[in-house]
Amino acid sequence: MGKKTTRVWHAAGILIVLVLWHVTSIWVNLPIVQSPWLVIVNLCNIFASEIAIHSFYSLWRILAGVLLAVVVGIPIGYCMGYFEKCDTILSPIVYLTYPIPKIALLPVIMLLFGLGELSKILMIFLIIVFQVIIAVRDGVKSIPKETYYPLYSLGAGVIDIFREILIPASLPNFLTSLRVAMATAISVLFFTETFGTQYGMGYFIMDAWMRVNYLEMYSGIMVLSSIGLILFGTIDYLERKMCYWQYK
Amino acid sequence: MIRIKELSVTYKSLGDSCDALRNMNLELSIGETCAIIGPSGCGKSTLLKVLAGIIKDFEGSVEINGEPVMPHKQKIGFIPQNYGLLPWKNVSENIRLGVKIKNKKYAEDKEALAALLQQLGLRGLESRYPRELSGGQQQRVALARAFLLKPDLLLMDEPFSALDAMTREEIQNVFLDVWRKHSVSMILVTHHVEEAVYLGRKIVIMSAFPGTVNTVIDNPLFGVEDIRNHRDFFELCLTLRKMIKEDWSKWEKKQREFGMLPAY
Repeated sequence: MGKKTTRVWHAAGILIVLVLWHVTSIWVNLPIVQSPWLVIVNLCNIFASEIAIHSFYSLWRILAGVLLAVVVGIPIGYCMGYFEKCDTILSPIVYLTYPIPKIALLPVIMLLFGLGELSKILMIFLIIVFQVIIAVRDGVKSIPKETYYPLYSLGAGVIDIFREILIPASLPNFLTSLRVAMATAISVLFFTETFGTQYGMGYFIMDAWMRVNYLEMYSGIMVLSSIGLILFGTIDYLERKMCYWQYK
Repeated sequence: MIRIKELSVTYKSLGDSCDALRNMNLELSIGETCAIIGPSGCGKSTLLKVLAGIIKDFEGSVEINGEPVMPHKQKIGFIPQNYGLLPWKNVSENIRLGVKIKNKKYAEDKEALAALLQQLGLRGLESRYPRELSGGQQQRVALARAFLLKPDLLLMDEPFSALDAMTREEIQNVFLDVWRKHSVSMILVTHHVEEAVYLGRKIVIMSAFPGTVNTVIDNPLFGVEDIRNHRDFFELCLTLRKMIKEDWSKWEKKQREFGMLPAY
C-alpha cells in the first residue's frame, strides 16, 4: 500500500470513531456523553493554557519508564538468550515475578520511593521490562544455529556476535514487545497519576471528573489517546527505519 | 597443508553417545581442492565443523599450515548449506562482513571487492537484501564473501545442492574461474558425484557408521577444459558411483546384521 492510501485510511479511521461517538452522544443525550465536536472545540481552547503541561508530564514519565526498561531489559534478554546458563538461572525468577499484577505493587513502591516521580516511572518500568526481557530472549533463541557458523569460523568474538547478529535479529521482537507493553503502560500511568501529583493526564482527567466538567474530561481523554497514537506511530516508524530488511 | 590425524568426534545426546567420525586421516596440500562425498550421516558436515573451528571437542589432531585450528588466527571461510548470509545486511555489507571481522582495522580492499563483484556477476545488486535475491545470486554473494577474505582454507557444505541443475553448473563454472585466480585450499562436501569430479582435485569417499575415509582418489580430470562433455568424465562418474554403491550396500548389510535396518 502506498503512503498516500495509508494516510487516507488513518484519517478514515479517526473519522469513523468520531462519527460513532457523535451518534452515541445524540442517542444517549446526557451530559456524561458529550458530542465530540464540542470536545474538540474545548480542547482547542484550553490545550495550550491548561492541558499541555499535563501531557508533557505524562509523556516524560512514559519515556523515562520505557528508557529504563530498555536499558535494563535488553542486556538481560540478550544474556538469557545467548548464554544457556544465564537462562537457566534467571528464567525461574522472571517467570515468578512476571505474572504479579504490577498495579498491586503500587502501595509498596509508593511507600518505598515516595509519592513523587520515581514511583510512577518505576511502575511503568516494572510493567514493560518483563515483556522486553522475554521478547529479546526469545528473539535471540529463535536465531538458527547455522547463522552463527560463518562468524565462528572467522574467529568472531562475543562483541562481533552481538553487533552483527544478536542486535539486528532481535530488534523486530523487541519493538513488538514495546508495542504490546505500551498500552498497558499508559493505562497504569493513568492510575498512578491519580495519586500524589498535580500534574499528568491522569490527574487532569480525574480532576475534571470530580468537578463534573465533562467537556474537560473528554478533552483529557482525547489527549491521552493522542499520546498513545504518537507513541505507537513512533514505534512503527522506528521499525520501518531499522528493520526494513524484513519487508523486502 | 591441511593435515587430519586420527580424528574422532563423538556426539552425546540423552546419555547415548554415537561416533560421528572415527580415526579419520587426510592430508591436503596448499591450493588444492578436495571434494568429500559419502552417504548421509557419514560425518561430512561434522568434519567441516571441526575444520571451521565450530566443533572444538574432538580427539586426534587437525592442523592448518602446521598449526591447530584457531579461527581467530587463521583465515577460514565457511559457506554453510544455506549460504550463511545475514538477512539484515545488504549484499555489499554481507560480502564485507568476513573482512570486517577478520581485520578489525577495516582496511578495505575496494579494488578486490569491485573485481569480485564483476567476476561473480553481482554488479548492480550491492544494495539488495538476501531476501530479494535468487538462490544462485545468494550463493554468489557467499562466494564473494569467502574469496574477499583470501582464506587459508575455504570450506563449503553442499553449497550448490539447493540450486537447479542449470544454475548449479553455471555457478560451478564461476566458482572454478574465481578459484583459479585465488587458488585457495578448498574442501567441499557434496552429494553429487558429478560435482565432486568437476570441482575436486582430490576426491575423498567416506563411509558411514562410524564416519571414516574409505578411498582417496587423485582426480586426473580436474581443471581440464570443457571436461563435462567428455567421455572420460562420464566414465569416472560411473566408476565412482559404483564404488560408492558397493560401499553403501556393504554398510547396509552390516546394519542388517546388527538389526538396525529391517530385513527384506
